Amino acid sequence: MRVIDKRPKVSRRGFLGAGGASLIALSVLPGGMIVAADQSWAVTAKTLKPETFATLVQMSRDIYPHDRLNDGYYAKAVQVFDEAAAKSDDSKAMFEDGVAGLNAAAADAHGVSYAQVGWEEERVAILHSMEKSPFFQAVRGGLITGIYNNPEVWPLFGYEGESASKGGYINRGFDDIDWLDQV
Amino acid sequence: MATFDLSDDSVVVVIGSGAGGGTVGAELALKGVKTVILEAGSRHEIPDFINDEWGSFGQLAWLDKRTTSGDWRVATDFSGLPAWIVKAVGGSTTHWAGASLRFQEHEFKVGTTYGDVPGANLLDWPIDLKEMEPWYAQAEDRMGVTRTNDIPGLPGNNNFKVMKKGADKLGYKECHTGRMAINSQPRDGRGPCQQIGFCFQGCKSGAKWSTLYVEIPKGEATGNLEVRPNCQVLKVEHDASGKVTGVVYADKDGNQHAQKARVVCVAGNSIESPRLLLNSASSMFPDGLANSSGQVGRNYMRHMTGSVYAIFDKPVNMYRGTTMAGIIQDESRNDPSRGFVGGYEMETLSLGLPFMSAFLNPGAWGREFTTAMDMYDHMAGMWLVGEDMPQEKNGVTLHPTEKDQFGLPVPNVHFDDHPNDVAMRNHAYRQGAAVYDAVGAVRTFPTPPYPSTHNLGTNRMSEKASDGVVNRWGQTHDIANLFISDGSQFTTGAAENPTLTIVALALRQADHIASEMAKGTL
Repeated sequence: MRVIDKRPKVSRRGFLGAGGASLIALSVLPGGMIVAADQSWAVTAKTLKPETFATLVQMSRDIYPHDRLNDGYYAKAVQVFDEAAAKSDDSKAMFEDGVAGLNAAAADAHGVSYAQVGWEEERVAILHSMEKSPFFQAVRGGLITGIYNNPEVWPLFGYEGESASKGGYINRGFDDIDWLDQV
Repeated sequence: MATFDLSDDSVVVVIGSGAGGGTVGAELALKGVKTVILEAGSRHEIPDFINDEWGSFGQLAWLDKRTTSGDWRVATDFSGLPAWIVKAVGGSTTHWAGASLRFQEHEFKVGTTYGDVPGANLLDWPIDLKEMEPWYAQAEDRMGVTRTNDIPGLPGNNNFKVMKKGADKLGYKECHTGRMAINSQPRDGRGPCQQIGFCFQGCKSGAKWSTLYVEIPKGEATGNLEVRPNCQVLKVEHDASGKVTGVVYADKDGNQHAQKARVVCVAGNSIESPRLLLNSASSMFPDGLANSSGQVGRNYMRHMTGSVYAIFDKPVNMYRGTTMAGIIQDESRNDPSRGFVGGYEMETLSLGLPFMSAFLNPGAWGREFTTAMDMYDHMAGMWLVGEDMPQEKNGVTLHPTEKDQFGLPVPNVHFDDHPNDVAMRNHAYRQGAAVYDAVGAVRTFPTPPYPSTHNLGTNRMSEKASDGVVNRWGQTHDIANLFISDGSQFTTGAAENPTLTIVALALRQADHIASEMAKGTL
């Protein structure tokens, strides 16, 4: 049967000169650019504090952890929150205060900021404690489209998206399952 | 295409252009009756449809403000979206999957068949299967339903093949690719299904029947039908004798117009139809039009629904091809020994990745959820749809404070599951999982109901005027020239997808209206 190649395409953008405040796998450079530890991608926080943006990236991965998605996809989703913050002071305050709350909870429990807590399980425990908050729900709800409605991630899950312009699947494997005889 | 004057009081005005309104309007025109269809939504033709779940949702879905209450999970998960239905010419026949099943004989007579079910407001329909059979046959022919009229079934896709394998292993006998209003071969000027896989987003090949491009153009070609899109009816008006005289509607710019009418047919789906009757209250009809029974807006049904998705160790790619690609009908019988009355159908369903993330388990997060999504291409899925119990307290009411863009109260949709609905859903979840377990599923998911696609019963049909809103013709008991032409006239919901029955009732109603008009009795 026709299967989709789910391997990510390598496209290193090569940002040199890291060395800002280090979170887990991200660095915040002076000037607000957030760079992946492997320098494969970078974004700039426009309205939110860069540290807030970077923490939201970690939080997003902890809410919807997909080990085959690099942080760049989560950063793209967080850009939507950054844009919302640009349009509304209330929204900006919600994200800034929410991240401050995450960091305070992490400091209480582990003596470090949220993104520096080493185990996902421990970060997730902090998220569970604030699961009902409007902040958490806004982030979680936004990620449903921010992550899963990004056409760039669809091939990584084996989803092919639009098909009418390709003639549908009538000649492209709508009935090509080949393992049922072995069941 | 015809155009009729606002002051022309010889026209039949049909409110809504979906399975009910689009069919009754086109059929009246074919019978020579001057007809105006007022449609709240825009006219998007086939080339406008988008193979993109959220993009299409934004284009087609009815997104005007609505509120929810009750213990159904939709009220929590999608509090402002009780129903996933369409605001566009063609109504929800742009979005529907195409399943076209006749009711079973007993499903017209559940008041008698099921007996006293505590909390359920059960009633026999005033019509029966025998009376409906010729109308079903006519509807199946018009819609080109597979496995009727010598039309072959659709080929089975990957999702169906998994279901069929499991059904065979479990010993189910009635599993096939369905009775679908989707062309399996060229018919009626439309081509066959291309297995595109975006049935819910508007069929890009036109293989699926829709009033938008099948019935309405035929009606328009007669010169007797005018369709006015972007015209939302706000009120049905009446005279001192209690007969309706026309409607007031708002056009796309919000300007209000009054269209006169000889007869008015309401077909705005089971939320907007009762809302319109309630919003049309007057000093003569203080509880709303046609509401002497107090049943307008009550007995709201949405079918017992749920889904089962399953993950296998090998790929399925269920999203390829017809969304509803096959059915198991063995559980649709009435067999109270299972712990509930009524029955349910099991029908394949697939969602694209964007909607799967929103609907697999709304609100869920963390690795339990993401490890499921990681296996998206290894998933198979089915929808469970069965008869739910009408309950008087379930229904559509006018919100006490919230108003829409025209200043009218928005509808609140209240729904509590009946214990029979819960027992049936739990049985269906178990059987659905068993089908996939038999094929070697490594994980199954009892997915909760989506926002309602089958909205029924809020202007129900009854023999006696005290029990319901309309008579055997869909004519309101109280007002002779006011008809209900959509699924809100369903007395009870049956296990089957409702569109074929809505179309059959609409054809029968159009025939009745035309003959009564010819006799001068309407």
